[in-house]
Amino acid sequence: MTDLTNSPVSATSQQDIGFLQSLARRAQNNWRKIVILIPFVWLLFFFLFPFFIVAKISLAELAIASPPFTKLIEWTDTGVINIRIVFDNFTYILTDNLYSNTYLNSLKISVLSTLICLLFGYPIAYGIVRSGPVMKPLLLFLVILPFWTSFLLRVYAWMGLLADQGTINNLLISIGLIDEPIRMLYTEFAVFVGIVYTYMPFMILPLYANMEKLDTSLNEAAADLGSKPTNTFFKVTLPLTIPGIIAGSLLVFIPATGEYVIPDLLGGGNVQMIGRVLFNEFSRNTDWPVASAVAIVLLFLLVVPIAVFQHYQGKENEGR
Amino acid sequence: MYNKRSRFLTVMVSLGLAFFYIPLLLLVIYSFNHSKLVPVWGGWSTRWYKVLFFESPEVWSAVALSLKIAFVNATFATMLGTLAALAMVRFGRFKGRTLFGGMLVAPLVMPEVITGLSLLVFFISLQELIGWPAERGFTTITIAHITFSMAFVAVTVQARLTGMGQDLEEAAADLGAKPFKVLTAITIPRLTPALVSGWLLAFTLSLDDLVIASFVTGPGANTLPILIFSRIRLGLRPDINALATIIILVVAICVTIAALIMYRQHKRDLLDQQLAERAD
Repeated sequence: MTDLTNSPVSATSQQDIGFLQSLARRAQNNWRKIVILIPFVWLLFFFLFPFFIVAKISLAELAIASPPFTKLIEWTDTGVINIRIVFDNFTYILTDNLYSNTYLNSLKISVLSTLICLLFGYPIAYGIVRSGPVMKPLLLFLVILPFWTSFLLRVYAWMGLLADQGTINNLLISIGLIDEPIRMLYTEFAVFVGIVYTYMPFMILPLYANMEKLDTSLNEAAADLGSKPTNTFFKVTLPLTIPGIIAGSLLVFIPATGEYVIPDLLGGGNVQMIGRVLFNEFSRNTDWPVASAVAIVLLFLLVVPIAVFQHYQGKENEGR
Repeated sequence: MYNKRSRFLTVMVSLGLAFFYIPLLLLVIYSFNHSKLVPVWGGWSTRWYKVLFFESPEVWSAVALSLKIAFVNATFATMLGTLAALAMVRFGRFKGRTLFGGMLVAPLVMPEVITGLSLLVFFISLQELIGWPAERGFTTITIAHITFSMAFVAVTVQARLTGMGQDLEEAAADLGAKPFKVLTAITIPRLTPALVSGWLLAFTLSLDDLVIASFVTGPGANTLPILIFSRIRLGLRPDINALATIIILVVAICVTIAALIMYRQHKRDLLDQQLAERAD
């Protein structure tokens, strides 16, 4: 950063410069240490360390105590250390059909929702990038605005739309298209709608950021060389937007897999997703060891996607 | 050459916007419904606004708690997130950078149930160990919110820092400004738009969070989303629509003002850039 040799200190001797440099470097190093350490320690303490405790509890047994699990390491009266690690919670989760089906169902719902978000989000982002200098910021703003309004209320809005007596059914009945209301609320369909609706901006924004940086002269060159628009799109534009596609897809896929609110409100009891099972295991059954094991398995499922996301994000932030 | 596709794109953008706004619009319309049953139209009325304002004190205490948490959270998250962004963008390689970067980015995508669960078991273990936090509520929710929203601030500030270049900082340092002076006199003022949007983002995320807050709260400390969620679950209550309308309105106004400020700043930056290029 600072390079003292560039500063106008030609009058001072070489020795002084050396001294000044080391002093400045030391001050800067201390300064750097403080800047790094404050957020680093915070994250270690409040983000990373808690996961170890979850991992620890997942190896314990349920007990009628407060907190409701057995201690892993215990000093007995005779001075012997008792270490008790049980893998029962994991074998229980992995062998019980309820859990494996729930994991699979969560993955199915989040993969499909991600694909739907991509299918519709891509042309929307592309359309915004391609719009005029006046419309562009306005359209972008209109896409971001719902993202700022309450997530919970947006899900709630869909309950009113999808209910048996809801707006959509009322509309369809009044125009004579159907006689009986279609059951939509508390089905998997409603969960898809909810996830696509709430996570769509997370797909559009990274795609937009990526597309905006694209060099349109490449498209023009392809066109000049006689490539048809569709061909140009698949050969030039699409490959160049892959980083945006990956970032957007992961921003939708990872949180959607653990989603709790949407399957609970829009799926009722009919759609099992792992986030909901975890929450209920924890708060209603108060089975902390099993809930922790469910969380650890979920985390393992998501480690690779999260690492990929971090890789791309890291590249972006490397700067220069 | 883009005419044909651009019509398709226009249709997609319009459909997308309709998809985004129709549910919100219906929520606003139904908040003026006189009927007690939400989907049944009983004529225009401000009945539920009266119920909300005069007969729902618990809503307002939840609003107060949420705003308090959001304010403290946004302030701390902005400070921590900015430091983190500085470390990531300006310090090159340092020991533990990969871990740091990972911990900084992971909360952006981490499913809320995992973050919530881990923070709760952490707070409980800490309480057993050192007796703090004695009860869960304001403090624990705020700490949890800072932890995940500082990541969003960091990303926002990082984007601005990367685009900013550091010639001015270097010039100031060369002229003898101490690092702290450089930070407060040059870097922070130039970062202001990013800091404002980071702060607002952290504020909104905190106001919006249900899952993590539900995990780390105790009896008696209900944030607004927790209250709304339990109301929704108990059955559709029309005064929630009135509350939703007010929230949407307030957010829309705040975001519009913020967007205008940032748009103006953006234009000024572009102008500066053009002038600088011409000077070259």
